[in-house]
Amino acid sequence: MKKTLLHAGGMLVLMMVLCGFAYTLLITGVGQLLFPRQANGSVIEVDGRTYGSELLGQEFTGPEYLWGRIMNIDVDSFTDGNGERVMYAWPSNLSPASPEYGALVAERVAALRAANPAMGGAPIPVDLVTCSGSGLDPDISPAAAEYQAARIAAARGITETEVRAAIDAATSGRLLGVFGEPRVNVLKVNLILDGILEG
Amino acid sequence: MNAYLQYGLYLVILVALAIPLGRYISRAMGGETVFLSPLLRPLERCFYRALHISPEEDMGWKKYAACALLFNLFGFVVLFLILMLQGVLPWNPQGFGGLSWHLAFNTAVSFVTNTNWQTYSGEVALSNLSQAMGLTVQNFVSAACGIAVLFAVIRGLMRVKSKGIGSFWTDLVRAVVYVMLPLCLVVSIALVGLGVPQSLGGSRTVDLLEPFAVDAGGSRIVGAEIDLEHNTVTLDGAVVADAQIITKQALPLYPQASQVAPKQAGTNGGGILGTNSAHPFENPSPLTNLIEMILLLLIPVALCFSFGFSIKDKRQGIAVFLAMFILLVGFLGVAASQEHAATPQLAQNGAVDVIAGDGMPGGNMEGKETRFGIATSSTWAAFTTAASNGSVNSMHDSYTPLGGMVPMLLMMLGEVVFGGVGCGLYGMIGFILLTVFIAGLMVGRTPEYLGKKIEPREMRMAVLLCLATPIAILVGSGAAALLPSTADALNNAGAHGLSEILYNYASAGGNNGSAFAGMGCDTPFLNTSLGLAMLFVRFVPMVAALVIGGSMAAKKRVAAGAGTLSTCNAMFVFLLILIVLIVGALSFFPALSLGPIAEFTQMAGLG
Repeated sequence: MKKTLLHAGGMLVLMMVLCGFAYTLLITGVGQLLFPRQANGSVIEVDGRTYGSELLGQEFTGPEYLWGRIMNIDVDSFTDGNGERVMYAWPSNLSPASPEYGALVAERVAALRAANPAMGGAPIPVDLVTCSGSGLDPDISPAAAEYQAARIAAARGITETEVRAAIDAATSGRLLGVFGEPRVNVLKVNLILDGILEG
Repeated sequence: MNAYLQYGLYLVILVALAIPLGRYISRAMGGETVFLSPLLRPLERCFYRALHISPEEDMGWKKYAACALLFNLFGFVVLFLILMLQGVLPWNPQGFGGLSWHLAFNTAVSFVTNTNWQTYSGEVALSNLSQAMGLTVQNFVSAACGIAVLFAVIRGLMRVKSKGIGSFWTDLVRAVVYVMLPLCLVVSIALVGLGVPQSLGGSRTVDLLEPFAVDAGGSRIVGAEIDLEHNTVTLDGAVVADAQIITKQALPLYPQASQVAPKQAGTNGGGILGTNSAHPFENPSPLTNLIEMILLLLIPVALCFSFGFSIKDKRQGIAVFLAMFILLVGFLGVAASQEHAATPQLAQNGAVDVIAGDGMPGGNMEGKETRFGIATSSTWAAFTTAASNGSVNSMHDSYTPLGGMVPMLLMMLGEVVFGGVGCGLYGMIGFILLTVFIAGLMVGRTPEYLGKKIEPREMRMAVLLCLATPIAILVGSGAAALLPSTADALNNAGAHGLSEILYNYASAGGNNGSAFAGMGCDTPFLNTSLGLAMLFVRFVPMVAALVIGGSMAAKKRVAAGAGTLSTCNAMFVFLLILIVLIVGALSFFPALSLGPIAEFTQMAGLG
């Protein structure tokens, strides 16, 4: 029995050294060496200023910007080094079948129609009125981006073709044409529109 | 059309990779030479030498079970202490304090039992030390433990008039060194390259392109004018006194890729971050998703084939595989069709476009990521609850009523549709014995499996294997539903609220770990009761399976005769599926009809 106890304890210690310590440090070392950008959060940095991560969504509400998924913003969980509140977001976890949810979507539809008068009563792509799985979805579908092209062009005083060029530059297709869905990176489109990133 | 192609290819890729891996695992666990042996055998021997273990030891089922339980007990205690004390331990750049006793209990149990239920959200609760030395280690060893016990049971089925079923230590070391470690090394480095962070520096902040204003309570002030220079916020011309301007976003950075790999490979499922593989940092693209999603079911599927190779009768393994696969495809079909169809509340009489089209995923996108859409999200939901993985790439709480019932049911069936690594298959062996027994009663013959007579002792254990999950789920969710305070924890009202309770106990009772995550489970009662359910469902079946292994090993083999029930033909596969479904349906139909089915009828009535 004493031997079994020693074996169990020793085995746990060895496993912690191998799978916890050595393995984690090895992957961190290799990752930081080979892929420093990805390993540190795929941050977009231009001329010494950061503009977010290309992987995490930000909320846009100005008419001149492309809008993303509905965000459930949280400013209470994170602070920066100076104790200032910092933005994060979570999913809604709401059932899409309740009457309350129906009322919520109706409000979102009304707000989007008011903000995009050029689109009249055209059906709104579903990703524009829903919260994402992470709460931080960086993307929107090409159809949802197209829905906003006229508004962005009008707000910026540029042509819809120029807006579409920015959208196209930030669009990725399915993997091998099959897996996942085509998508537009909202932050990238807005950085291109602002002239911060090249289109 | 594309959706069908995605469903089909995901399944084909999975099976195509699982067959060779199944052969590899069978050989590696049997101590035979595999192509990685020159590299890995020295590492394996290090363990035996350091601990003075004889790799050839042949343990009886009692000693095997004692070793497994002791190892898990130590694992639990160490993890519990790490979580409680992380505030004063090193490797804590996030500066988090220790967890409460009940959250630490729940989390430690959850990872030791291969459930990986997350009451916590990692990015706001856990240090690098807790993640890497605590959770990642259990991601490896809890999976290896399942594989070890499965191979002990297989030896029991194969051996004749023998006392031993192998050595737990040898099985554990081989499962880690030959199966989990190589797979995770390759996958985690690939994931870093594809965008998953791997950093020890702790979280950082980046600037927002469009800053926004919040009031003192943290709610966004809609329509506010922001003057960054003077740090003032005006609304309709008036300055808002207590407003704050938010200019930065948090980036939760961890040694992340190195935990995502074993999380997926070992049917663990506990993410570094709260939203798991829906979070763009854990799963940034369709390619990382393909890797993670295949990995999720790869070892459980491969083990069906390993089973066939190890008992030297491939047809037996294929029969088990087919029964599981047919169940998986059926359930996936139901979930997918429901999610593609969305709900009347989303469609708004046509004001919202929920029909898939060019550049448009359509369907129920609440809780789903744009890059994954409906097909990839539904496939993951079915995979992760078929396997007792529990990682998610979309929020199951926001599935349609029947779409969300599918993952719930897959867990309620006892996690035997592939299930957890190792434990899914030994759970299924329980159902196989039950099927053989019932079929034997119908034709009036002594039931036997693989040439071994099934007697009362094995049947008692098989029933324990089959009923542990229903007991844990129904007792747990029943008790929770009776407690008035549980209602405060819910995120949705009415029938969907009951679904949240049911789902979360099904997750604990199936050692799955996915959640209807709107329910806040960080209360002493919920943390403790969910933890107890996980413990019961992990270790009662584990010991029952070892008892079966031990008593089968001691039996002699009887020659197959003309009246022997074949356990590898279509009829048997059909019977097995039927028994699994009947036990599940009889146990859960009343509860389901008050939860998801009631919500569905309400929804349809509104439509």
